[in-house]
Amino acid sequence: MNRNSRINWINRLLLPILNVLTAFIATAFVFVFIDVDPIEATEILLYGAFGYQEGIGYTLYYATNFIFTGLAVAVAFHAGLFNIGGEGQAYIGGLGTSLVILMIDPNTSPLIFISGSILGGLVFGGLWALIPAYLQAYRGSHIVITTIMFNFLASSLMVYLLVNVLRQTGQMTPESQLFPQQSWLPFIHNIAGNIGFVIEESPLNISIFVALFFSILVWIFIWHTRWGYAIRATGLNSTAALYAGIKPKRIIILSMCISGALAGLVGINELAGYQHRLIMDFHFGYGFGGIAVALMGRNHPIGIIIAAILFGILYQGGAELAFEMENISRDIIVVMQALIILFCGALQYMYRPWIIRLLAPIEKEV
Amino acid sequence: MEDLLLTFILTLDAAIRVSTPLILASMAGLFAERSGVVDIGLEGKMLASAFAAASAATILGSPWLGLLAGILVSCALSMLHGFASITHRGDQIVSGVAINILAAGLSIILGLAWFEQGGITPTLTSDERFLSLTLPGVELINNIPLIGTIYREILSGHNIIVYAAFIIVPTVWWIVYRTQFGLRLRAVGENPKAVDTAGLSVNILRYKALLVGGVLCGIAGTYLSVAHNAQFTRDMTAGQGFIALAALIFGKWKPYTVLSACLLFGFLDALAVRLQGVVIPGIGEIPVQLIESTPYLLTVILLAGFIGKAVPPKSVGVPYIKER
Amino acid sequence: MQKHKYAIELKDIDKRFGPVYANNKVCLQVEKGSIHGIIGENGAGKSTLMSILYGFYLADSGEIKVFGKQYKFKDSHQAIKSGIGMVHQHFMLVDNFTVLENVILGSEGGALLHEGLTAARKELTRLGEEYGLKVDLDATIDSLSVGSQQRVEILKALYKGAKILILDEPTGVLTPQEAQDLFRIFTALKKEGVTIILITHKLHEILNVTDNVSVMRDGEMVAHRETSSTNREELAQLMVGRKVLFKVDKVKKDIGEVLLKVSNLSVRDKNNTYRLQDVSFDVHAGEIVGIAGVSGNGQGALLESLSGIIPVSEGYIEVLGHRMDSDNLIYPDKLREYGLSHVPEDRQRMGLISEFTASETSIIGYHNDKKINSKVILNNKKVRSNCESLMADFDVRPNDPRLKSESFSGGNQQKLILAREFTRDPKILLIGQPTRGVDIGAIEFIHKRIIAMRDSGKAVLLVSVELEEIMSISDRIVVLCDGQVSGRIDSKDADERTLGLMMANAFNTSDNFEPLTT
Repeated sequence: MNRNSRINWINRLLLPILNVLTAFIATAFVFVFIDVDPIEATEILLYGAFGYQEGIGYTLYYATNFIFTGLAVAVAFHAGLFNIGGEGQAYIGGLGTSLVILMIDPNTSPLIFISGSILGGLVFGGLWALIPAYLQAYRGSHIVITTIMFNFLASSLMVYLLVNVLRQTGQMTPESQLFPQQSWLPFIHNIAGNIGFVIEESPLNISIFVALFFSILVWIFIWHTRWGYAIRATGLNSTAALYAGIKPKRIIILSMCISGALAGLVGINELAGYQHRLIMDFHFGYGFGGIAVALMGRNHPIGIIIAAILFGILYQGGAELAFEMENISRDIIVVMQALIILFCGALQYMYRPWIIRLLAPIEKEV
Repeated sequence: MEDLLLTFILTLDAAIRVSTPLILASMAGLFAERSGVVDIGLEGKMLASAFAAASAATILGSPWLGLLAGILVSCALSMLHGFASITHRGDQIVSGVAINILAAGLSIILGLAWFEQGGITPTLTSDERFLSLTLPGVELINNIPLIGTIYREILSGHNIIVYAAFIIVPTVWWIVYRTQFGLRLRAVGENPKAVDTAGLSVNILRYKALLVGGVLCGIAGTYLSVAHNAQFTRDMTAGQGFIALAALIFGKWKPYTVLSACLLFGFLDALAVRLQGVVIPGIGEIPVQLIESTPYLLTVILLAGFIGKAVPPKSVGVPYIKER
Repeated sequence: MQKHKYAIELKDIDKRFGPVYANNKVCLQVEKGSIHGIIGENGAGKSTLMSILYGFYLADSGEIKVFGKQYKFKDSHQAIKSGIGMVHQHFMLVDNFTVLENVILGSEGGALLHEGLTAARKELTRLGEEYGLKVDLDATIDSLSVGSQQRVEILKALYKGAKILILDEPTGVLTPQEAQDLFRIFTALKKEGVTIILITHKLHEILNVTDNVSVMRDGEMVAHRETSSTNREELAQLMVGRKVLFKVDKVKKDIGEVLLKVSNLSVRDKNNTYRLQDVSFDVHAGEIVGIAGVSGNGQGALLESLSGIIPVSEGYIEVLGHRMDSDNLIYPDKLREYGLSHVPEDRQRMGLISEFTASETSIIGYHNDKKINSKVILNNKKVRSNCESLMADFDVRPNDPRLKSESFSGGNQQKLILAREFTRDPKILLIGQPTRGVDIGAIEFIHKRIIAMRDSGKAVLLVSVELEEIMSISDRIVVLCDGQVSGRIDSKDADERTLGLMMANAFNTSDNFEPLTT
C-alpha cells in the first residue's frame, strides 16, 4: 500500500477510532474516580442498550434524534460553519410540527399529517437558523455567538408559548393539547404486532425510517448535486470557491437553513412519534449531542448513523446505569459526549504525528 | 415617587450582585480574546469552579479554601483549552464547547457520588460562605436622606467578592495598558508575527493569558455557589458565561466599557425580576420571558452591527503557525 | 585587536523546503559600514537567505559570521542580540499601537511600561534627529503613511541596537518621493557606521544607492560586483540568466477581432493601494499576448480582475463585448458562460481543492454545466469518465479520477487544471504561470497545447515570470512593473536584455534618480 492511501486509512479510520477509544478510557477514569467499576458499568450499560427488547427500542428511538441533529451539524460543517444552534432549531422545529398538527382538521389522513409534520419541522427549524445565517453572511456577525443566543431565545419563546398560549385552559402543566390520533406516527411495536411479531413496547416509531430517508437525501445532496458540490468547495477552500464563481453569502444561508431544517425534525420523533403533544424541553441535549455525532461520524451520513446508534446506546445504557446504580445519573452520558467532542473534535489530530511517523514515515533521501 | 426611587435603588443594588459574575467572567474572556484565543468555555469554567468551590467549602469548612479550589479547577480547564487550541492548534470553538459540556456533566456526576443529594451540594453554613459585609458608618449616615439609603443599600452590604470584582476591573485595565505583559498581550492578539519577530513566544503569552482568565473565572464561579447562593445546583450558571462574552463584544474588549455592559445586563436582569407581574396599560402584562430574553436579544442586535461596529482583536481565533 | 572587515559572512548556506532548493551553497560577504545590495527575481532565494540571517529559519547547513563571530540563530531574539535588524517587506507592526509602543515591544525595559516609555521616548527622539527619521511617536500606525510606517520599522531595529540593517524590498510600497527620503536616511545611517543590506529587484536602486551588489538566481549566488564597476545591462543579464530557449514552432497566423479589451484598468486592494494602475492592452482572436514581469508586480491583480474574482476600481474590461467596470460586476461563473477560461497562477490556493478527487477537480468552476447535471442530480459517473478522457488527452498520471488531487505531482496537477480549462473550448484563455513547478517534458507538451489554442482562433493571455516562455510563445509582449505597463514589444523584436530592462522599469523616464554622493 503506498504512502498516500496509507495516510488515507489513518485519517479516515485509525485516528477516529483512537480518538473515540481515548474518550472511553477517559470516561473509565471518571468511573474509577467515583468508585465505580468501569467494567461493571460497561456491562450494565450494554445490557441496558441491547439486553432486552424494550432497551433496544429505546436505543434506536434515541438514535433517531441523533441522526437528525448529527446530519444538521454535518451539513453546516461541510460549508465550514459550526452550527451550535441545533438545540434551538430542534425546539422551534418541534413547534412547527405541533402547530401544523394542531391546525389541520383532526380527521385528515395520516399521510397528510406526516407530510405536514415533517414540513412544519423543516420550515420552522430552517427559519430559526435563517436569521443567524443572514447576520453572518451580510453583517459579519459571529455565527457561533448568535446561534447560542438563539438557543436561549428559543427556550424563552417556547416557555412563553407553552405557558400562555398553547396550554390547555384549566391545566397546570405547560403543554399543548393532545394531538389527534390520526397524526400519531405508528409505533414499531404496533406495526410488528400487526404482522405477527410480538415485541415489547418502546417509543421507537417510524421516525427512524424518516431519519434514514433524510440520511440518504443528505448523502445525495452533498455528494451528488451541484449545490452540495458548491458547499463542499466553500468549506474546503474558500479561495478556490471564489475562483469557481461560487458566492459565499448564498452558501452560508443555504447550508445553515438546511442544517436548521434537519435539526427541526427532532420533533417528528419526539412529538408526533411519542409524546403526541408539545411539551417543554423535549429537545434537550440532542442539539449538542449532534455535534458529537457529526464529529465522530466525520460528517458523513454513514458515519453519523453509526455514531448516532452509539449515542443511542450510551443514552439508553446510561438510563439503565442510572437506574441500577445509585449515585450515577444520566449525566455520565453528558460527560462522555464532552470527551468525544474533545478528542474527536478539538484534539482530533493529537495522535497524528506519532502515528504517521510510526506507520507511514517519509523515506529519507539518500 | 419615594417608592419609585426606593425601588430604583434596590434594583441597582440587585444589579450589582447580578453583574458580579458577569464582570469577572468577561474580564477572563478579555484576556483570552486580547491574546487571540476565543474562549467559549467561560460558561463551563464558571460552572466547574462553582461546583469545586461549594464542594471544597463544605468538606473543608472554609469559603477561602472553596475559592482556592474553584480557581484551581478553572485554571485546569483553561490549560486544557490551551492544550487543544494553542499546542495542537485545534478548533477553539469546539474545544470551548467540549469544556462547557464536560463541566455540566462532571459537576453532577461528582456531586452525586460525593454528596448523594441528587446533584446539588449540601447547603453551606454561614461560616462556610462569603457573607455580606457592612461598610463602616452605615448607622451614622443612615439618617441622611437619599445618601444614607444609597450608602446602605447600594454601597454597603455586599460580600467581599463583589467588592473584589469592582477592584479587579481597574486592576485589569492597569495590567492591560500599563504593564509590559499587557502590551505584549495586546500585540499578540493584533499581530502575532510582530511579536514573533520581536523575539517573544506567542504561545507562552497565550497560555499566560488563559491562566489569568482561569483565575478570574474561578472567582466568578465561587461567587455563585459560595457567596451569592449557599450551594451548587445543576446548571446554575444559566448562560451567564455567554452573556459575559456578549458583554465583552458589546464593550469592545475595553475593561471599563465591558464593565458598563455587564452592569447594563445586570440591571436589565434585576429589572426583569422587578417587572414580573407589572401591567402596562393598553398592552397588558409584560411577559417575563421577554424581559429575560433582553440580554440575548441585545447581543444579537449588537452583533448585527446596529450599535456600532464591534471590531475584535485582529488575530482572534486563528492559531499561530510559524513557518519554519 | 583586529578590526573585522566584514559585518556579515555567509558560507555555503543551504536551505531546502521539501523538494525546493531555496538556497544552494550561498556565500556572501558584506563589508562593514557599506550599503550592500542583493538583487534577483522573486523566487531567487533572497528573502529566504535573509530570513535565515534574521533567525526566522534555520539553515540546513552552512556558516554564519557576524562581525567575525560565528552564530547559529535559533530565533530572531538571538539575531537581534548579535546586532542584526530587519525591516520586512510586509511590516511587522501592530496597527492600533502607537509608534512608541511598537518600537518598545519586546524591549520594554521592565514590567511597568511607564519608565520604559519615558526612556524610549528620549532615545527615539535622539535617533530620529540623528538619522533624519522623524515620526510622531504618539501617532497610531494605522494613521501613518506607508513611508512613515517604514521609518518606524527602521527605528525599531535601531532601538534594539541594530548595527546591521536588512531591508527587504523597501521601496515596493513607497512613492518615488518617499523612496528618495529613504535613500537619504541610508546616507545618514552609513555615516554613523551602520551596515545596510538592501534586497531588491530594481536595478536603478542598486546602481544609485549601493556600494556592492550580489546577484542571486534560482537559489544560487551567481555574482558579486562593486557597483561602480558594473552597469544595468550586465546586472540585468546576470539576474535573468541565459536559459535554454524552448523554441516552439509558431506559424504566423492572421489575427481576428479584439476579444479582450483592457482599458485604463486600475485595481485597488482593501488598503486602497494600487495593485494595477492605468493598464491598457487588447488581445485578438488567434494571438498570444504575453505579460512579462517580476512576480508581484500586479500580475495577480490583473488575472483576478479579468476573471471576475476581484472588482475593477477604475477603467474597464470588455470580455467578448461584455463590459466590466466599477459599476458592473461580472462574476466568474458568468464569464465562464460567455467563454472565458482561467488557469490561475497559484494552483494550490485557487486552482485546486486538495481534498477533492481529480474528478471533482475537473469541474471546478463548471459544476453548474447542464451537460453533467440533470435537474437535480450531478452526474458523477459522467464527470468521472470525462475526467478520464481529459487525463488521457493531457497525459496526466496516474490516470485515476478517484485519486485526491493532492496526491498528484505538481506537473500533473497543472496538466489537470490546463485540461479542465482548455477543453471547455473557450474563446478567451487567461493563463497564469502555466509551467511553474512542472518538469521539462511536461513543459514542452503544455507549450504545444497553448500554441494549438491560439492556432484555433482563441485569444490567449499568458502571464509568466519565465522570460524564455514568454518570448518563445507570445506574439506580443506587454511588461508590467509596479502595477503599470513599463514596456510593449513584438516578440520577434524582443530579447532577454531588453525585457530584463523593461521588467526593472529601466526605461521609465519618471524614475530618474540622482546618484547618491558618498
